[in-house]
Amino acid sequence: MSAPAVPAAYNFAYLDEQTKRMIRRAILKAVAIPGYQVPFASREMPMPYGWGTGGVQVTAAIIGADDVLKVIDQGADDTTNAVSIRAFFAKTAGVATTTRTADATIIQTRHRIPETALKAGQILVFQVPIPEPLRFLEPRETETRTMHALEEYGLMHVKLYEDIARHGHIATTYAYPVKVEGRYVMDPSPIPKFDNPKLGDSPALQLFGAGREKRIYAIPPHTRVESLDFEDHPFEVQRFAEPCGLCGATGAYLDEVILDDRGNRLFVCSDTDFCEERRRAGHCGAKAAAMEPTS
Amino acid sequence: MSEDDTPLLRAEAVTRLYGARIGCRDVSFALWPGEVLAIVGESGSGKTTLLNCLAGRLPLTAGIVRYRMRDGESRDLARLGEAERRFLMRTDWGFVHQNPADGLRMTVSAGANVGERLMAVGERHYGRIRGTAESWLRRVEVPADRIDDDPRSFSGGMRQRLQIARNLVTAPRLVFMDEPTGGLDVSVQARLLDLIRALVADLGMAALVVTHDLAVARLLSHRMMVMKEGAVVEEGLTDRVLDDPRHPYTQLLVSSILQV
Repeated sequence: MSAPAVPAAYNFAYLDEQTKRMIRRAILKAVAIPGYQVPFASREMPMPYGWGTGGVQVTAAIIGADDVLKVIDQGADDTTNAVSIRAFFAKTAGVATTTRTADATIIQTRHRIPETALKAGQILVFQVPIPEPLRFLEPRETETRTMHALEEYGLMHVKLYEDIARHGHIATTYAYPVKVEGRYVMDPSPIPKFDNPKLGDSPALQLFGAGREKRIYAIPPHTRVESLDFEDHPFEVQRFAEPCGLCGATGAYLDEVILDDRGNRLFVCSDTDFCEERRRAGHCGAKAAAMEPTS
Repeated sequence: MSEDDTPLLRAEAVTRLYGARIGCRDVSFALWPGEVLAIVGESGSGKTTLLNCLAGRLPLTAGIVRYRMRDGESRDLARLGEAERRFLMRTDWGFVHQNPADGLRMTVSAGANVGERLMAVGERHYGRIRGTAESWLRRVEVPADRIDDDPRSFSGGMRQRLQIARNLVTAPRLVFMDEPTGGLDVSVQARLLDLIRALVADLGMAALVVTHDLAVARLLSHRMMVMKEGAVVEEGLTDRVLDDPRHPYTQLLVSSILQV
């Protein structure tokens, strides 16, 4: 995509410079206190809440003219949310965009961490709907902030206890709570718990923006991140019985695609860029031939 | 001072005003380990205000409440940091509310309700937490097969017993009870009183029980204080106060019990 010139009516990357400074200050504080939710004066963005207004503001505050932006939604580069946010920054900042994880300097994401390992210098920006991990256990914001301040996290284990009591195992599969650098308990946003191990000791900087809830938090590079668990019910990620139907990858997070109403289904990588790279490199899944476009 | 000659809790001229109105005034007493003290009086006499002041749930207007911590040092509760105070509340103290819904988490199972304090002090072994919860449910006579049910499905009496188990699981040295039998019918009350009496005796903990029901005071407490208009008008051994009341108001209170 060739980057058009930035329309004169907009400041670079849409937000005005004072707003970007305010957001950068919040980001700096968040990086200084890993896992701590920093309040910030979230702005109205030209998109509805729940579509990534927090992530877009963080991206707008950190993006520069020579950055390369990738946007993913549930692992895919080609869904509405990803396409429109990518187009938004191509238009308002005139930056280069890409779908390749390895080429991007900033990756804004919703619900996934890319399968391709991130490198130092890359920044992952998460869109967060509800930043408070204790929210559904304790509705009062004043109380949850006190609990964070005093490190009173017993309640988080009450939730995991309930899971085991009801289902025999910890049934939380996404937004699985983590403890950052041994201090703050954090909601990693609704990524599958499959991605939780990638949060820890990552060479990339990870920023989290919640627009409606007006919070920013961060995991700096090479930070210890532990998923909460019980001694006799340790944290586990889900496994998939079969490899990706298109690229044959094992150990990647798969989406289930229903093919017809006779029970046929296909498991494919949720990370579309990862899957395409593998197929370009010659890997082939069991169902790849059947899935080729006929035109 | 050695452990034996320091009271567990000492109130010195505890006063709480609501603007010009008096909540409680000039209340002084000492509570010793293993002792059950009842605070009785009619509605509006300041019993609950006093209890909340003592438990650090309400700031005092004047006066001091000292508590002897587990390390043997008596500390002014108003000078404890918030972290220390909250830690005390969920380990060394219990608070039994009149309405169990105020003291329970109604949306999580009975087992999690009992286990919450254990998890709050760092227990991270599911099997042990569940085992402890089971044994506590048995002790308070809640059927073990209800461990995964949430308290919304429990009767009033069961909820109150569950609330007691939830408070006692960390073996507190002091339990505050605000009308623990209020709102229960008499046969359930009798069972609950039996249970509380047995637990207090078994665990050797001290208790402060607020009640308007003199029968509860008679059954549970060693000593009692009678309150009227925010002040203590009479205090003494429970049997002495009830059998030989000296203050005119206490005489009125004792004589107004319906004899059947």
